[in-house]
Amino acid sequence: MDKQTETTSQSHQINVRRVRQGDLDHVADLDERVTKIAKTEYWNDIFERYAKRRVKERFFLVAEATDDSSEQPLLGYIVGEVRTWEFGSEPCGWVFAFSVEPGTRLQGIGEKLFGAISQKFRQTGINTMRTMVPRQNQLHMAFFRSEGMVAGPYIQLEKDLNE
Amino acid sequence: MKLQTSSRLAIFALIELAADPDRQVSVSEIGQKYNVSSHHLAKVMHTLGRAGLVRSIRGVGGGYSFSGNAKRTTLFDVIMLFEDADSSEYTPEGSQDATLAEWALGQVLFEINDIAKATLESITISTMLKQMGRRQSTLAASGMKDASESAVQ
Ligand SMILES: CC(C)(COP(=O)(O)OP(=O)(O)OC[C@H]1O[C@@H](n2cnc3c(N)ncnc32)[C@H](O)[C@@H]1OP(=O)(O)O)[C@@H](O)C(=O)NCCC(=O)NCCS
Repeated sequence: MDKQTETTSQSHQINVRRVRQGDLDHVADLDERVTKIAKTEYWNDIFERYAKRRVKERFFLVAEATDDSSEQPLLGYIVGEVRTWEFGSEPCGWVFAFSVEPGTRLQGIGEKLFGAISQKFRQTGINTMRTMVPRQNQLHMAFFRSEGMVAGPYIQLEKDLNE
Repeated sequence: MKLQTSSRLAIFALIELAADPDRQVSVSEIGQKYNVSSHHLAKVMHTLGRAGLVRSIRGVGGGYSFSGNAKRTTLFDVIMLFEDADSSEYTPEGSQDATLAEWALGQVLFEINDIAKATLESITISTMLKQMGRRQSTLAASGMKDASESAVQ
């Protein structure tokens, strides 16, 4: 399997909490460094919708180092929400954005974020959590599989509208 | 999807050994557990040894121990040692001289192979062990079955 992550041997004391306005630049910066696409407007919009509205069922969480061993104040984020009756499905949790700082990967931060959002979802009374990943992306696939996710009962279909 | 017996045995043997890398397990021990001939298993273990996934220890109490990286060895890596599971037989474009019907069927088979390959490539031996551990906890919690029957040590 390709090693698509960088790591440092140092591990950090991590706290996972809800995002704050002051974190937004760090989130956008981390996302830009990982995806190579700057999306400032997108993140402002996500913050408005997921950190301010319907927060009982929308979770925008960040991981921060609680010791001062890290140069980065923010080491990762995960965003998800409870979606109801989409495609006829019972209410379930959806994770649609996540990232861990490249220099601090493979130290369990992704797992902590995943665990924290799973718990938030469970507290709302739902039992299923879903996500969608590019199947060619071995890192994303391996991460979610390792956290116990398996193929769900839905399959994503698409059509080339120019055909 | 059906795996060849050698691939299945190799995965079971790796799970058995990776569950406790300090443990040495004999071929006959694994053979008994999965009800297969030691002869067949010995060949499988030899292939795994050449791939650096297991190490053989000679002498009394000898056997095999795990020497790979369970977090990086995927089911696909293991299967590819024993069978040609590559999806390159079907490509999204299809072959140049294919009829339309051959092209259309090729598309379907490519899709199926590609999903199977992506799945096998994303599951490591370590993920299999975690999955078994979760199952063991669920069984133990529900009291449905003696959890010690499960393969996780
Ligand atoms: C996927 C990602 C979140 C994992 O974060 P992480 O903090 O490194 O993950 P963890 O250390 O918690 O690892 C949890 C499990 O995931 C799996 N995993 C993580 N990285 C892996 C890798 N490079 N190869 C194989 N498996 C891996 C492992 O099984 C690991 O468990 P283990 O250490 O017990 O084996 C991180 O690599 C990432 O942010 N990738 C980029 C995401 C991205 O592109 N986001 C933008 C689009 S949404």
